[in-house]
Amino acid sequence: MTRHLRVDEPIHDSPLDQMAQGVLGQPLNRLEGPLKVSGRATYAAESRPRGMAYGVLVQAAIPAGKVLGIEDAPGAIAVIQDKRMIRYAAQGLAEEGPKAGPEEVEYMGQAIALVVADSLEAARHAAQNLKIRYDVQDVPVDPTAVVPELPPKKQSSTGDLDKAMQQAPFSVDAVWHTPTHAAAAMEPHAAIAEWDGDSVTIRAGLQMLSSNRKQMADALGIRPKKLRLLAPYVGGGFGSKLGINAEAVAAAIAARELGRPVQVVMTRQQVFDLAHRRSETRQRIRLACDHEGRLTGIGHEALVSNLPGSDFSEPVTQATPFTYAAAHRQIVHAVARIHRSCAGSVRAPGEAVGVTVFECALDELAEAADIDPVALRLRNIPTVEPDTERPFSSHKLAEALHEGAERFNWSERRPPRQRVEGEWFIGMGMATAVRVNQLVEARAKVTLGPDGRAIVETDMTDIGTGTYTILGQIAAEALGLPQERVEVRLGDTDFPPATGSGGSFGAASSGTSVYLACEEVRQQIAKAMGCEAVDLTLQNGLARAGNVEKPLSDVIQSPLVGEGYVEPGKTEKSVRQATWGSHWAEVAVNRWTGEVRVRRMLGLFSCGRILNEKTARSQCLGGMVFGMGIALTEALEHDPRDGHAVTRDLGEYHIPCHADVPHLEVHFVPERDPYVGPLQAKGIGELSICGSGAAILNAIHNACGIRVRDLPATPDKIIAALDP
Amino acid sequence: MKPFSFHRAASVADLPAGATIIAGGTNLLDLMKLEVMTPDALVDITRLSLDRIEPAADGLRIGALVRNSDLAADAVIRRDYPVLTRALLAGASGQLRNMATTGGNLMQRTRCPYFYDRRMACNKREPGTGCAAIGGITRNHAILGTSDHCIATYPGDMAVALRALDAEVEIDGPAPRRVPLADFHRLPGDTPHVETVLKPGEIITAVVLPAPVGGQQRYRKVRDRASYAFALVSVAAVIRVQDGRIAHAALAFGGVAAKPWRDPDAERLLIGQQPSDALFQSAADTVLRLARSQGDNGFKIPLLRRTLIATLRDATGMEAAA
Ligand SMILES: Cc1cc2nc3c(=O)[nH]c(=O)nc-3n(C[C@H](O)[C@H](O)[C@H](O)COP(=O)(O)OP(=O)(O)OC[C@H]3O[C@@H](n4cnc5c(N)ncnc54)[C@H](O)[C@@H]3O)c2cc1C
Ligand code: SF4
Repeated sequence: MTRHLRVDEPIHDSPLDQMAQGVLGQPLNRLEGPLKVSGRATYAAESRPRGMAYGVLVQAAIPAGKVLGIEDAPGAIAVIQDKRMIRYAAQGLAEEGPKAGPEEVEYMGQAIALVVADSLEAARHAAQNLKIRYDVQDVPVDPTAVVPELPPKKQSSTGDLDKAMQQAPFSVDAVWHTPTHAAAAMEPHAAIAEWDGDSVTIRAGLQMLSSNRKQMADALGIRPKKLRLLAPYVGGGFGSKLGINAEAVAAAIAARELGRPVQVVMTRQQVFDLAHRRSETRQRIRLACDHEGRLTGIGHEALVSNLPGSDFSEPVTQATPFTYAAAHRQIVHAVARIHRSCAGSVRAPGEAVGVTVFECALDELAEAADIDPVALRLRNIPTVEPDTERPFSSHKLAEALHEGAERFNWSERRPPRQRVEGEWFIGMGMATAVRVNQLVEARAKVTLGPDGRAIVETDMTDIGTGTYTILGQIAAEALGLPQERVEVRLGDTDFPPATGSGGSFGAASSGTSVYLACEEVRQQIAKAMGCEAVDLTLQNGLARAGNVEKPLSDVIQSPLVGEGYVEPGKTEKSVRQATWGSHWAEVAVNRWTGEVRVRRMLGLFSCGRILNEKTARSQCLGGMVFGMGIALTEALEHDPRDGHAVTRDLGEYHIPCHADVPHLEVHFVPERDPYVGPLQAKGIGELSICGSGAAILNAIHNACGIRVRDLPATPDKIIAALDP
Repeated sequence: MKPFSFHRAASVADLPAGATIIAGGTNLLDLMKLEVMTPDALVDITRLSLDRIEPAADGLRIGALVRNSDLAADAVIRRDYPVLTRALLAGASGQLRNMATTGGNLMQRTRCPYFYDRRMACNKREPGTGCAAIGGITRNHAILGTSDHCIATYPGDMAVALRALDAEVEIDGPAPRRVPLADFHRLPGDTPHVETVLKPGEIITAVVLPAPVGGQQRYRKVRDRASYAFALVSVAAVIRVQDGRIAHAALAFGGVAAKPWRDPDAERLLIGQQPSDALFQSAADTVLRLARSQGDNGFKIPLLRRTLIATLRDATGMEAAA
């Protein structure tokens, strides 16, 4: 009853294109939208089990050392210090709980205990006033002040880059800095834990339930079967909810100890301290090209940071090896071990900052070689992946560049400082968008009843992206049902495991498992109709084969159940899978104050089949805004003395908001990718982040002639280079 | 949050001794949740009839409970004191301005991140503990009027415009009085926890504006993003040019000191002169002659200079001519 697919071969003709319902790809509204805007969607902290107590995490006030003692808090039911409490969040897809033992402090703000009381106010008051004794340790907190590690597997070199640089008529050799970024999801991390005997149910804001369950079971020392996770609605994750975090573990421990349900919600400041941060980066880029602008040398050296022993390091150079070709190449990846909060995946780890900086460097090369930036990119698109010589699964960069230039009126771009409107310099910039693509394991179950209603179940999450809607569309298409006859149930580990939401792989992977489950059901319908599945047409609740047409209720006596299971196969390695696009921006730079205002942006993206034009577009709009944040506003500042996060609320950590965001335009370059399974769909959300900031930074240069290499490009950085 | 008693005052005479006033609550509530402020008693004054804008001798009296949104939208304010409307609309967000009151806005506390963080030493929060900001991240700190005890700014916008308009603050209490806004906020010195001349048991009942002075009025706020963000620097300017010469100049600066900053010397330098870049440069030199950088905030010195010059060019019509 399980339809299993290992994607070993390309699927050029998708059966989905033979189906008749016509709902797939439609720009449908989000199914759960009305629940959300009317407050009826219950997020992690919003249920109220009887007898619930409130927990507040206690945070270390030292950069590193040992907790010697915590004195009891008046007004609290309990102050819980348990060896199983975790020091930082689990990394995405980890199979085990993260490092436990809160009495050892690794960074300022680490959770070291939980205070529980009968009200949130009382718990918070007690937590804020605990007397804690420490043994303080002196540790490095500045990534540039330590000798970094150079993990051997992450370095690579082809040819002789130094020589290529010396011999090239045109070259760029410069250093960029990007600051720490926070995911800054709207919903703070929260959990409610409730035990029943030796089984526990935890409602939490999480992105990847099946691995979260393993992490949590490991952290608590129980069997995964005894643990149920619920996350039907998640108020954004952006990587920060990939792995379990301190609040959920503490809630479960406290609930067990106290014999009553416990809720733990992080304060906004705690979210900034305890959710993974994107490491700051120092990036040196070296580029060399010949007289025609053909790249001869590419060097990308990155320095990132994380806590000692943490295995994640921001994959800054992830897309560099395959985006452009050059005979001489070098990748350097260095990791500084310092005691700031744990670094992990945040909004397109790697390319978000790596592609942004690389595309700025390319703009500098275009200027040096006096070649149009679009032409420079077009000239350097490889036909196969450099080094491995694997083919690309699909590659529509050239189309995205040509169409973008046309739509944006790129030909109207003038040299720097030529377009002036009052106090404002106006300029245009562009960049390539690129992001690796990944298909992951996923399972789903589909039940079709005689009443012509279907139910889709998987532990996949919808973190605000539209997963409920697109999974419903896939099932509706495959089963020939109007969308409203399909109910989608997500975010419950009782359902078949998907990998979850992350790395932009959710829609394509989970969607494929739903499609496979439907295929299984279709097979059963075909059998009942006495035909082959390929000869079966399902539409509007009717089954048709040859010249026989019947309502489903006449065909099915009892519910039909199908399960789908997809896993990546040979195409994961046989081709280079990536998504491509182009970014375009027009900005105004104030010649007095250095303020930058983005006037318009355009993004073109090719990411396989578009499952829902509206939710896909929304993903891209959000991603382009993230790019604005990287280019212009976002920086989580750390205190140089103790490494604590300073700009730790949404008033000081500046996400671009309504007044910052101008007209944004998104177009999809039509394509299908046969190497990713029958859906032919790929990741979307992250692609639109990668490079969007570079288009803005390049536009700043085109406006006023200034290159900001120390991001974000706040007014101080601009006026430092403007004429007095 | 620390437990507190709550009282809703029916009249100004009905303010319990020692109680902390809550008006819109947009600043106080945040600080109470973080236990940066821990009042034992709160008195809600929003039922008092202090929410009117009315004519006063030669000017206008703005009740302490007039909401920022209402004040910004008032027809008389927009006509006669446009710099005030502009400053208000440059502050916070629509939702916050709907709650924020005139009195509360004047009394809003600094946005120094170390003040907000109870793990950090802060002379303002806990007198005598030191100042963790000095030597830390000082991007939003002051360049003028600082002391070794505190380098925080007064973060608001409205008060900067009021300062350029020579407003006065009406105070009720045991000894009712009026204080020029110029004297209302205090520089830190060695008592940064004392931010205004308001004494315990006193309440702001109104802000009084003198007769309108006309002229070109500008409020220019430079910030890290266009949506709500506090000023890196701001300039309020009221400038009148007569027969090609500057006849009236009032300039106030925000984001640079523990109070809305004004420099009579710089204004004197402008009066009677023909507008020119050189003149504006020397006015900026005068304002900034005592400016001191803490490192991260050093950019505020050139930024204030540039913003002042741009504002003066705009207000004197030079920008349009250029
Ligand atoms: C996210 C955010 C962004 C913001 N951005 C800006 C900005 O860009 N520019 C800006 O100027 N402001 C900004 N603000 C601050 C906002 O303007 C103030 O919070 C608001 O004006 C305070 O008014 P309130 O009535 O809510 O004061 P409350 O919070 O009620 O009180 C603040 C203080 O004033 C005292 N107080 C209140 N009324 C009186 C009175 N009549 N007499 C004596 N004491 C009194 C209270 O005791 C308290 O100490 C922002 C605030 C937030 C939260
Ligand atoms: S600058 Fe003032 S408010 Fe900030 S930490 Fe120092 S004393 Fe406190």
